[in-house]
Amino acid sequence: MFTYVLRRLIMIPVTLLGVTLLVFAMMQLLDPYQLLSAYVSSPAELKGQNIERLITKYGLDQPLPVKYTRWLGQVVKGDLGWSESASMPVGKAIRTKFPLTFELALYAFFPIILGGIWLGKLTAVRHNSAFDHSTRMVVIVGWSFPDFVFGLLVILIFYSWLGWFPPGVLSNWASRVVESADYVRYTGVLTIDALLNGRLDIFWDALRHLLGPVTTMTYLWSAFLIRITRSGMLDVLHKDYIRTARAKGLPEKMVIHKHASKNAMIAVLTVAGRLVIYLLTGTVIIETIFNRPGMGKFVAFAAQQLDYSGILGGTLFFSLVLVVGNLIVDVLYAVYDPRIQLG
Amino acid sequence: MQLFKNLDKDTRRKAKKLFTNPTAILGFTLLTVYILVAALAPVLAPPADPQNPYIIPRLGFLTEPQPPSAETIFGTTEGQYDIFYAVVWGTRTAFKIGFLVVFCTTLIGVAVGSVAGYYRGATDEILMRITDVFMSIPFLIAVIVLTTILGKGLDKVIIALIAFDWMDTARLLRGNVLQAREEEYVQAARSLGLNDLRIIIAHILPNTTFPVIIQATMRIGTLVVVASGLSFLGLGAPQDYADWGQIISYSRNWQGLEFWYTIFFPALGMVLFVLAWNLIGDALRDIFDPRLG
Repeated sequence: MFTYVLRRLIMIPVTLLGVTLLVFAMMQLLDPYQLLSAYVSSPAELKGQNIERLITKYGLDQPLPVKYTRWLGQVVKGDLGWSESASMPVGKAIRTKFPLTFELALYAFFPIILGGIWLGKLTAVRHNSAFDHSTRMVVIVGWSFPDFVFGLLVILIFYSWLGWFPPGVLSNWASRVVESADYVRYTGVLTIDALLNGRLDIFWDALRHLLGPVTTMTYLWSAFLIRITRSGMLDVLHKDYIRTARAKGLPEKMVIHKHASKNAMIAVLTVAGRLVIYLLTGTVIIETIFNRPGMGKFVAFAAQQLDYSGILGGTLFFSLVLVVGNLIVDVLYAVYDPRIQLG
Repeated sequence: MQLFKNLDKDTRRKAKKLFTNPTAILGFTLLTVYILVAALAPVLAPPADPQNPYIIPRLGFLTEPQPPSAETIFGTTEGQYDIFYAVVWGTRTAFKIGFLVVFCTTLIGVAVGSVAGYYRGATDEILMRITDVFMSIPFLIAVIVLTTILGKGLDKVIIALIAFDWMDTARLLRGNVLQAREEEYVQAARSLGLNDLRIIIAHILPNTTFPVIIQATMRIGTLVVVASGLSFLGLGAPQDYADWGQIISYSRNWQGLEFWYTIFFPALGMVLFVLAWNLIGDALRDIFDPRLG
């Protein structure tokens, strides 16, 4: 177990180094001027400067290995260049935008997990019933909805028609308060900041704006969880110890909730961990549609604006989330389930 | 069909099961409709310029979308692009992207996977670490960044999808090849002095690629969704190109209920297409290998 964690920890820098190599390789497809725009640390640098001098300054005329090490040195220091589309350094853009993505993932996580596990269990227990088949159809249909299509339908129905929740992150009055001087932004996560500032009205306003994207993500991702829970449960329900439990006359409720669930949940736990990673890294289209200025929208907008340092920095950041997230999930899994032998 | 001759009795029995499974039948029926629409596109929606059939015709220059009428049965988007035409020809775009990407990624995945699994050792270690690195960038983000760097456009999207969607195939096949290389028939082929390439292509691959083909079927739906997602974001198909994501992006500025047709018809076309593949994939998963999921 210890050696496993150690080996995984050693592999992390190797994988991350590989990612920087891959990103660097993709960068080499850019022409020199585009490449230069990915290097400069502020737009002022490009004005009135001799391009040749800048090329020498950033070592763009050096051989590839030298260029790579210089670039890597910058990246490790957290200097990801200037984002033209966000008009701020990429590092700062990530710091201000990631909390909004985190907030969305946080609020989407619970309904997906609770709803997904509940429905998954129910369909497994009533295997092959009409309920099972209809849930299965709903799941497959949900899985077939592209997120931008479902998101637009949510906006059409709940915003345009019913007027229940608006896109964006805050109403006008609320964003004025948030931007005012005496409002402290502790975390950048709107709902948490609102509570810390003791502003319940802003908390509700932020929550109302979260409903649309959270509903969309819940429907789309529940499908995934229902499927995993159902197959995990079905697997367990056919085991001998379940038959034993039934044979000794335990009530069915106890068999399912005490005996079966516990083992089925191991599979669900790993998936829950992966779900967090998917939610954190899979918001590009949802944030764009619902106009939430988080990391996903940042990457989409940077791509539309040909802001190379923006997308490259965003890519490095999302990869970091993915790699570290996977490590945490694997280690937690190993800790939780002692049967797993890790070499 | 050398491939299918080699299948054992069990697989053939399962294949039979597939064609009697109601989920699969529904999927195949839907798919047949789409194949017909794609094949008959020039009849259903005759292009104004047969040289450029993917350019959506415009029925005027009004900004506001127009509801379905006798002339345009699905209505028009902003700028008067004919939605019916876009949905019909978009079917061809979807098939083209899906098949092309799946074909290329399967080739790459099979090459990487079989070499890694057959030679094991350092070759395997290096190839698998490279695979890990490609998997360390979230798929959609990777496709977005490569498309942007290559300079946007549908062809760039296809290249980016190919570059970042071969890894699952490689890993799946590697596992199968690792097992197969220890089998007697491979030992026999080796003792006959056949070279490695011939052993891999003629002996190992016919016995290991079936799961890869199943997996490839299951990937097509997702690939089409991601490709149209990029067109939706304005990174893929150009403005007037018949692509579902592109035509749906026109509805973004018209979110009133009275403009329902700008989203409904393209969305329906797209969702049913993906659904067809997912239904087939679901049935395949059930019948062949529950672990594939």
